[in-house]
Amino acid sequence: MELMSTPPVRRIAVPEQGRGAKPPTLAVERMKVEEVSIAYGDKLAVRDVSLPISQGEVLALIGPSGCGKTTLLRSLNRLTELSKNTWFKGRITLDGADTALMEPTDLRRRVTMVFQQPNPFPMSVFDNVAYVLREQGTKRPGRKAVEAAVLDALERAGLLDEVRGDLDHPALRLSGGQQQRLCIARALAANPEVLLLDEPCSALDPRSTQVIEDLIVKLREEVAIVIVTHNLQQAHRIADRVGFMYLGELIEHGPASSVFHSPTEQRTKDYVSGAFG
Amino acid sequence: MQRDRLRSWRLGDRVGLGLCWALGALFCAIAAAIVIYMLVEGLRYLRPALLVTHPTGGYGEAHSGGFLDPLLGTFLVAALAMVVALPVGIAVAVWLSEFGRPAGLARATESTIEMIAGAPSIVLALFGTIIFQSGALGLFSRTAHGVVFGRSFFAAGAMLSLVAIPLVVANTREGLQLIPAHVREASYAVGKTKAATIRRILLPAARPQMATGAILGIGRVIGDTAIIVILLGATLTFNGAGGLSGLSTLRGTGSTLTSYIYTNSPAGEGNQPGKAYAAAFVLLLMVLVLNASVDLVARRGRKHRWN
Repeated sequence: MELMSTPPVRRIAVPEQGRGAKPPTLAVERMKVEEVSIAYGDKLAVRDVSLPISQGEVLALIGPSGCGKTTLLRSLNRLTELSKNTWFKGRITLDGADTALMEPTDLRRRVTMVFQQPNPFPMSVFDNVAYVLREQGTKRPGRKAVEAAVLDALERAGLLDEVRGDLDHPALRLSGGQQQRLCIARALAANPEVLLLDEPCSALDPRSTQVIEDLIVKLREEVAIVIVTHNLQQAHRIADRVGFMYLGELIEHGPASSVFHSPTEQRTKDYVSGAFG
Repeated sequence: MQRDRLRSWRLGDRVGLGLCWALGALFCAIAAAIVIYMLVEGLRYLRPALLVTHPTGGYGEAHSGGFLDPLLGTFLVAALAMVVALPVGIAVAVWLSEFGRPAGLARATESTIEMIAGAPSIVLALFGTIIFQSGALGLFSRTAHGVVFGRSFFAAGAMLSLVAIPLVVANTREGLQLIPAHVREASYAVGKTKAATIRRILLPAARPQMATGAILGIGRVIGDTAIIVILLGATLTFNGAGGLSGLSTLRGTGSTLTSYIYTNSPAGEGNQPGKAYAAAFVLLLMVLVLNASVDLVARRGRKHRWN
């Protein structure tokens, strides 16, 4: 998966001022990763990682390709279980409850995810969001009953104004950036506690990237956000906390400023200064 | 593309290339000859009245009527075959593509489908007579004095569905496999079950390929002769089996354009080549239209896809 990633987006210079300095928010812990190790077959992908995940913060997982950051992210909503021969050790809790004991469908409505490639479903813009709100695979409740929630989710994803007249158009006709924001709207529609983002901007142009980054910063107030990125500048711009992973291990994690500017580990120092990656 | 001078090629390679070119051209020429010949002959004998006149057993081209019944029969067997082939084919494709467990059963299913796809339809037809002549299936064809006739639209439609199923399975599977894994995961990642994902995401996304499979299947079904002659009875007109009017027709015998062409060819008992050409022209036209619609559906299906 990691090997397929496109190179980091080179951004055009944007004046710092225009992005708006991030006001500090009150962090509330929602998830806790405790001594988690994950293997595919006999290949250990994540090794003994412990990490808190809090609402009010953007947590960025950084590290070179194949370091296990995407695997760790996918374990948070148990998507790792879809791969064959996955082995899992440790404990992940959501608001104190062990996620391993939850019904996966319940867990995944509370910990939703946005992927690297925009992947709207082959249906209308409206139905993409309504799909999340409706019962398993049915078209109930009807349009009227879900309309308010659909529009709200589109609004929160900053897409409503652009698609208001095209709600019944096929979602796959939107631009790449709009598609990705639709995917974010879809993920928000379930009213999750945690939002997972797996390199959400790596397939997008710089302008769409900026729109989505601004959105992520705004959303951290209402939902805990974990983003996987191998774009250091991006982590720098949006993260409140950063976890640096290398060869499956969480080498260092802490407030973004300290990981970037005064890392305690030599490997972190080398990575953030661009010595390898 | 590499463009080097042909002159620098070895003689053998040059001859080989020339041969490939000539064979391609020859193939086009043969196809064109068939279409043009059928077009010319067809148009010479085809009268609009033929399409709406029942066939009769009279002698001579002027007294043997048209081919309304075979034309309707063609539509009827195609519809019957697809009513069975579409749901069965799609179900098998979904199971193979999305579940495929136990692996042994999946492999056996794949081989079975390949075997059916490769079986000559006359073999399927013979097998069909054994099935449909059994007493338990008397409902599906004419029955008299405890003897089941075994020839009917039901019987022909059922066996013809086997001709179409491999095409529906193969194309639906291809459609499902073209959907990237992350699209399935995106559905799971908002708390949807696999069943919901299949019903609301995967099947709609694979619709163009399903349509392609269905159209190719119809093309095969309407072109089949062996099953029609053996299992439909190849009677000139609809020959109901009695009872409720619709059911009577389906339990009764009839013909399609293929069996009509056979009957009227110099090899058949009708031996009225003019009628055969006219019917063949209509059949060829139907197949060409089906092929063109496959292209259309495929081109549409390629629009607006994921990366």
